Amino acid sequence: MDPLINNLDIFVPAFRNTIILFVVSGVAALILGTVVGGMRVSPVPIMRGVGTVYVNFIRNTPLTLLMFFFAFGYPKLELGNLSYMTLAIIALSLYTATYVAEVIRSGFNTVPVGQAEAARAIGLPFGQTMSLVILPQAFRAVIPPLMSVFIALLKNTTVAAGFSVFEAGAIRAYLSERGEPAIVVLLWVAAIFVVLVTVLSLVQRRLENKWRVAR
Amino acid sequence: MTSSFETTSNPIHAAHGEPLVVLENVEKHYGDFHALKNINMTVNKGEVVVVIGPSGSGKSTLCRTINRLETITSGEIRIDGKALPKEGKALAALRADVGMVFQSFNLFAHKTILENVTLGPIKVRRRAKAEAEKDARALLERVGVAVQADKMPAQLSGGQQQRVAIARSLAMKPKVMLFDEPTSALDPEMINEVLDVMVHLAAEGMTMIVVTHEMGFARKAADRVVFMADGEIVEEAAPEEFFSNPKSDRAKDFLSKLLTH
Repeated sequence: MDPLINNLDIFVPAFRNTIILFVVSGVAALILGTVVGGMRVSPVPIMRGVGTVYVNFIRNTPLTLLMFFFAFGYPKLELGNLSYMTLAIIALSLYTATYVAEVIRSGFNTVPVGQAEAARAIGLPFGQTMSLVILPQAFRAVIPPLMSVFIALLKNTTVAAGFSVFEAGAIRAYLSERGEPAIVVLLWVAAIFVVLVTVLSLVQRRLENKWRVAR
Repeated sequence: MTSSFETTSNPIHAAHGEPLVVLENVEKHYGDFHALKNINMTVNKGEVVVVIGPSGSGKSTLCRTINRLETITSGEIRIDGKALPKEGKALAALRADVGMVFQSFNLFAHKTILENVTLGPIKVRRRAKAEAEKDARALLERVGVAVQADKMPAQLSGGQQQRVAIARSLAMKPKVMLFDEPTSALDPEMINEVLDVMVHLAAEGMTMIVVTHEMGFARKAADRVVFMADGEIVEEAAPEEFFSNPKSDRAKDFLSKLLTH
């Protein structure tokens, strides 16, 4: 217990930043990913094209490279100063949104086509057909894979440590300087991640029970 | 169920208003398949037209082109004097005026019965929620499913779901109602409860285009029967005349197969 208790001044703020990275990027990725998922089934070819290019381009780029771009490339563009934390959030959001988009798109396919036809038949335009009828049903169908995307995001936040963001992935380096054994520290970090992921799994189960659709 | 209009003494040949739905030289191709061939049809205000024909004859496709759930290759469709818009807001606005009842009901699975009926009036017609709910309950009462208002669609029988679907369409106060094989997915004992609602609707003067295999409904409620085969309109006549004295061989053949069972 000692390596944890004696270094709470590192563990607590580091994991607080991990959770900030996760929550902010998660919300942004969910919104952006849903919009992009919708674009990919839009009747407008340009929307579909933009959505497809975005997903294929970003999803095929390693997260580390994307972080490199934002950490080192972005400042050179001189578009205004952003903290490494903010840049990491942008990179994580853009990256995770592509996975969210694909999960949501597969969710659309679980909704019978008649649902969209009925929505269009009562005069709902594309946007409302999506937001009022298709998305609520698609979300229910994709909670398990969507949660996997978010669990991956939670773990991906540790990549930000490589780019001067003080989060859970940086704990080992800080504590090595204090002479703590690296393996023990890493096991504690891993254990805390297990706890956080367990919380997400519980959220997933609650959502699944709450939103079960009877057909 | 109370009718707002009394049935005319002879509804079959009742006089009707001006043209409401007009199809001119409509053609539809699915790749190499010629689904609709030179369709010309006019449905007047207050008229009930039943479209029958063997499966694959294009009758469902025809029904779905009228609110552009199916696009057409060429020709023109006009509703209340206006050509069908191609896309966007104008098309959505037109669809709000054209009710549609599907073979598979298509009630919104994640919404209660009441919400199914109020969604259109609230979101499309921008009516106040309380008002929309009051009207929705009255409509559900009229189709006989008022007690189910707070249930989910999956908790209802097929016949009840289809009656809710009719109420959902009626809530938009449509100019015309399209029925795409409304009873084909129902168990036999539920067919009548749906047809009863449709007969009442017809008697109240609703303009209806009904694709169906229910010859009883055609005899009872239709002003005109349109017989389709292989993507063409082969014959059009008043129901009595069509059933007792079909002119084309195709229709004779179809009816003989139907009536021998």
